[in-house]
Amino acid sequence: MKTIYLTIVLAPLIGAIIAGLFDVSRRVAHTVTIAGVGISFFLSLYVFKYIVIDGGAIFNETLYTWLVAGNIRFEVGFLVDQLTATMLLVVTFVSWMVHFYTIGYMHDDKGYQRFFSYISLFTFSMLMLVMSNNYMQLFFGWEAVGLVSYLLIGFWFTRPTAIYANLKAFLVNRVGDFGFLLGIAAVLMYFNSLNYAEVFAQAEQHKNTLIQIIPGQDWSLMTVICILLFIGAMGKSAQFPLHVWLPDSMEGPTPISALIHAATMVTAGIFMVARMSPLFELSPTALAFVITIGAITALFMGLLGLVQNDIKRVVAYSTLSQLGYMVVALGASAYGVAIFHLMTHAFFKALLFLAAGSVIIAMHHEQDIRKMGGLSKYMPITYWTSLIGSLALIGFPGFAGFFSKDLIIEAAHHAHEAGHLGNAGTFAYYAVLSGVFITALYSFRMFFLVFHGKERMDHHTQHHLHETPAVVTVPLIMLAIPSIFAGMIAIEPMIYKDYFGHAISFEHSPFAHKHFVSLFEFMWHGVKQLPFFLAMAGLITAILLYWELSFIPPFFRQIPAILAKKLSIIHQIMLNKYGFDRFNDWFFAGGSRNVGSFLSSAGDATLIDGVFVNGSAKLVAWFAGTVRHVQTGLLYHYAFAMILGLAFFLGTFVLYGSKLI
Amino acid sequence: MSFNLLPIAPEIFLLTMACIILLVDAYLSDESRDLSYQLVQGTLLGTTSLLWLTFPTQKTFILSSLVVIDPMGALLKLFIVATVFVVFVYSRNYLKARNFFKGEYFVLGLLATLGMMTMVSAHNLLIIYLGLELLSLSLYAMVAMHRDSSQATEAAMKYFILGAIASGMLLYGMSILYGVTGSLDLSVIAQKTAQLDGNKTFFAFGLVFLMVGLAFKFGAVPFHMWVPDVYQGAPTSVTMFISTAPKLAAFAMLMRLLIEGLPAMQAEWQQMLVILSVLSMAVGNIIAIVQSNIKRMLAYSTISHVGFLLLGVLTATQTGYAAAMFYTIVYALMGLGGFGMIVLLSRAGFEAENVVDFKGLNERSPWYAFIMLILMLSMAGVPPMLGFWAKLSVLMEAVHTGYLWLALVGVILSVIGAYYYLRIIWMMYFEKPLDNEPIVTTPDMQVALSANGLIILGLGMFPQALMMACVGSIG
Repeated sequence: MKTIYLTIVLAPLIGAIIAGLFDVSRRVAHTVTIAGVGISFFLSLYVFKYIVIDGGAIFNETLYTWLVAGNIRFEVGFLVDQLTATMLLVVTFVSWMVHFYTIGYMHDDKGYQRFFSYISLFTFSMLMLVMSNNYMQLFFGWEAVGLVSYLLIGFWFTRPTAIYANLKAFLVNRVGDFGFLLGIAAVLMYFNSLNYAEVFAQAEQHKNTLIQIIPGQDWSLMTVICILLFIGAMGKSAQFPLHVWLPDSMEGPTPISALIHAATMVTAGIFMVARMSPLFELSPTALAFVITIGAITALFMGLLGLVQNDIKRVVAYSTLSQLGYMVVALGASAYGVAIFHLMTHAFFKALLFLAAGSVIIAMHHEQDIRKMGGLSKYMPITYWTSLIGSLALIGFPGFAGFFSKDLIIEAAHHAHEAGHLGNAGTFAYYAVLSGVFITALYSFRMFFLVFHGKERMDHHTQHHLHETPAVVTVPLIMLAIPSIFAGMIAIEPMIYKDYFGHAISFEHSPFAHKHFVSLFEFMWHGVKQLPFFLAMAGLITAILLYWELSFIPPFFRQIPAILAKKLSIIHQIMLNKYGFDRFNDWFFAGGSRNVGSFLSSAGDATLIDGVFVNGSAKLVAWFAGTVRHVQTGLLYHYAFAMILGLAFFLGTFVLYGSKLI
Repeated sequence: MSFNLLPIAPEIFLLTMACIILLVDAYLSDESRDLSYQLVQGTLLGTTSLLWLTFPTQKTFILSSLVVIDPMGALLKLFIVATVFVVFVYSRNYLKARNFFKGEYFVLGLLATLGMMTMVSAHNLLIIYLGLELLSLSLYAMVAMHRDSSQATEAAMKYFILGAIASGMLLYGMSILYGVTGSLDLSVIAQKTAQLDGNKTFFAFGLVFLMVGLAFKFGAVPFHMWVPDVYQGAPTSVTMFISTAPKLAAFAMLMRLLIEGLPAMQAEWQQMLVILSVLSMAVGNIIAIVQSNIKRMLAYSTISHVGFLLLGVLTATQTGYAAAMFYTIVYALMGLGGFGMIVLLSRAGFEAENVVDFKGLNERSPWYAFIMLILMLSMAGVPPMLGFWAKLSVLMEAVHTGYLWLALVGVILSVIGAYYYLRIIWMMYFEKPLDNEPIVTTPDMQVALSANGLIILGLGMFPQALMMACVGSIG
């Protein structure tokens, strides 16, 4: 098995190296990378069958010891359990689909080979992240996916907006990574190991350990570690208030938005928290923090989706909101549910992004939904797959998202009822509940504006409208399938059974002691609940406001504009994305620039350069310039100096012996 | 008593050949003077092979214990002869360009070499003095050879008078030792000092005078005043001679007099060396900064290097001595290269003796700029050059023996010293050349100078062999 695991990781890397470092043709570039990821995908399928279905042995071994410093070992090793196997499947499948799709999307781009190299490298990094059995490698994967994300957001590096966006993504992630690194350092300090298994084994002993970071303030060790690690997750998974980079990351090519900024990389934070669940379970404070952050993200980022007009940004805010849902599930101790939603979301969100990309191709890279409309008759495949994706997203019964989202809401409800998280649980419950309505509204707002109604594009574009080629539509169809079925298939084993084994903490899950009756029962139960009605309300509102059907009074279509005018303050706040960007630019970017220039001028130029460096140099030069005059060139002075030296030695050593020094 | 002359065969050969060359040279015309040069170099090569053949494995005393033959001495002699050989290679063109290519120069050089070898092997106060005077007198004459140059004459005069004072002091110290112990033999002196407990005043008195003589020879502060003036005034080829090989001989003399002759006075001479070492490192490194004449700058650089090598000796451990010996040999190699570069850039009627003459060397000749870069980095003690290991080994030994503060002083002063070496590198690479005359050299000079630089780089990467040789010869 070891060989198989190694191959899964290395195949994409080899593809990336060939496509990136050698001057290969376009054909070779996409062939090797697709082959590499394809190999990984099929092997992942095998591993999934071996571990999850057949209950094969869990692999936890160190493959290579990088270095040993004292009693700390830095190792490369794999932990392949049910959680990893699931992630492997999701990552390789979506990545593989995106590889195919890229052939069509990047067809005319000069950086074709570079792009393929990057996405294969990304796949490698992500696999390293999910397969690691220690924090060092986790951090490696964490940073490596961040690096590739940076490279890909700035893929079109001649655009200033792209460079701004990738720098922003990188810097915001630095903030998160700082917390993450501190968390890892704390783990290393108190557990004396970087290996997951060893750390988890000791975790219980440290449950009540208190530490003092600020003297006089006792903090629980587990809370500190978990919150620090979660700060890392907030950066990577774009949680409030570190979410600001994700909408801007849409500057990258659409396949990237699908793969990295929707389906896989941004879910690394969710994965990490699930992986660390034995630690998080020990700190209710950390869980309350997690659930609060998740709830804020889920509700408020969804709201922003309502006012966006860029097709990709709408989907991006939807991604933020959905990540918030996953985080809420984590906070409610329903780790399995979070992973479940991660999986279903990966499929339908990748689908939505790729569909958006398909629309963008057809529209000749026009992304404004106000200039679209009526595309359904030109692009039937994109239309139907988008519909599936949207229904899955809003949680329409039967579709993948229905099951996972319903469970999250139930978990939040449980947290609200149980009260062990205090008000945080209550807040989270109402936030995710209202989020359902908003999700349905913005999803179908976009859907109707793009595919229905009047054709608002210019003539030239309209004339050239046609369905995109097979390399684009086939991945759409391939992703549409799990968007429908993944939920039904996975819900029973994943949530109600001991699917994850010991991979994640299960005993505190709200679903640990419940029984799954049947799929139909679950759905029947679901449609009688509030979330379903909220979703339908959102859908109907969207129909009334945005679907230009003949029997809907045109008055309804005026409502958004009227609301925007009446509530112009709120509208403005939302257009400004609650002012985070402006605040960050002013406070963090401007502030650190000011601090930097102050330190540069006062600290570096004046103190270090001026006083220490040049000052000491001047002192030496002055001293040398003075002392050199002793060297007069006169012989008798020289002889006198010798005699003085002799006299000094005589005086010292003959009179005082050797007691001088 | 056996009368085995074989161990001093190299010295006998050298003396014989020096006399023969003196005679042969008298009958040569100026055009065929190259023959003398070739004979001289042949003699040095012959001496080297004799040294190699008679290389001892252990310490033996011969000629009624007047002479000691040991691995340390043999190794130092090998390096002395090799250094002189290279000095002559570097000098040939320089001398020719100045109508200065005379047999006397080389014969004096050979006699000075003989003096140094005598110093290295001496085990008797008189023999030490004999060797020292043979060396010094030859050097005075060499400095003064450029009779028309007032600068050189002045330098020779200063050197001679100050040298005479130092010699006198050394001799006085020796006479006191003789008066107290009744022997000139170093082993006997060592024995007598060890037996004498309590009052060491007479020994201390003698030791101070001996130390002045030694310090003068090394050019350690405060007995260094002659160094910059002589280095600057003497013809560059002679400066090169004075600044390299005699330091190796002086190191041997220091070892013989202090470690073999006066081990009982260790506490005293250690402290004297501490004073000399600190002052030398400080004065050398700091005053070098303001020098505009590169020969003067290298003179102060020499003084600072002397401070470092004394740092190795004053630890009074076997490792310390080995480190000091390593330092001395490395210093000789670097000094050769440094003055070699000045010779290279000089030509008829032009002495490249100012720091600014190195401006833009990279444009004129990237290769020699690179060699100079190696030399300067090595002198500054930057890894992976040989000079780094030399500094590291003495500093490490100083730390190990508890002289942490001395090591710190050494490090700080070598940081200050790095400035003037780096300044030359800056000038070579980042400034425009002042003159664009092509650099004229001969193939032997090119090969020797390139090898000189590359050896410093190469040995810097693999310093183990040379270091082990030093450790082995001391132990």
